[in-house]
Amino acid sequence: MNHLNEEAESKPQLKLEFEIKERDFSVAGEAASKVKKTLQQLGLMPEAVRNIAIIIYEAVMNVVIHATHGQLKVIIIPEQVTVLTEDEGIGISNVELAMKEGYSTAPLEIREMGFGAGMGLPNIKQCSHKLNVKSQVGVGTVLEAIVYLSSKDRKS
Amino acid sequence: MNLRDIQRILKAEVLCGEQWLSREVKTGFGCDLMSEMLAFAGSHTLLITSLTNEHVIHTAEIMDAVGVVYVSGKQPAKEIIEKANHNNIPLLSTPFLMFECCGLLFTSGLKGCKRGNP
Repeated sequence: MNHLNEEAESKPQLKLEFEIKERDFSVAGEAASKVKKTLQQLGLMPEAVRNIAIIIYEAVMNVVIHATHGQLKVIIIPEQVTVLTEDEGIGISNVELAMKEGYSTAPLEIREMGFGAGMGLPNIKQCSHKLNVKSQVGVGTVLEAIVYLSSKDRKS
Repeated sequence: MNLRDIQRILKAEVLCGEQWLSREVKTGFGCDLMSEMLAFAGSHTLLITSLTNEHVIHTAEIMDAVGVVYVSGKQPAKEIIEKANHNNIPLLSTPFLMFECCGLLFTSGLKGCKRGNP
């Protein structure tokens, strides 16, 4: 289930990849933190950086909570940043419902950690210009979120 | 209002980041849900929480939060404090419970975050 933006593939780009293992809760924050630092070094403005970091945090948490394993790819080209997670796991039976604020299937222990309150996908949608979620029950989920960068998103 | 004022109002112990207490605090956000923090908190926001796990530190870092206050006297593990210190995030611990802590700061003039307008 690969939905890499082909246009993005053909241009000069920076690609960051992370392996996501089941129940490896640290990877979400660490990946978000690493990408944030990279984007800051590239000179992106704080608002764009924050939105992309939030997308990564939430998207990777979803994989950690619900899937058996997966991958995060962040593809940076001058015009846009694409955040892509691909996982193998239970999938989402009703994507529309999962996009609803407050809807959650996360177990109690995840909620005790401060996640699983049904805000993940709505947050990702809020922070991205384009969001595409494709899921197959019992197989896995592919999430692609795109943040377009205008000249005002770059410091130089 | 800066973090030094916050510390005084909340009778808080400084767990790390003593050198950053002159930082200005513009808004406060009290919550134990990380996604809500990620959605609503802005920069120069003080995060107020009773959760002591590493996600609070990562969230604070991503939001460019000005610092974190733990309520009801909670204190995170040593590794968490080190991580915060490494990321320049001051940590405070207040004996007040969440409601009183937020009430004290609000009546002292600290504003809350607004939805869609961090």
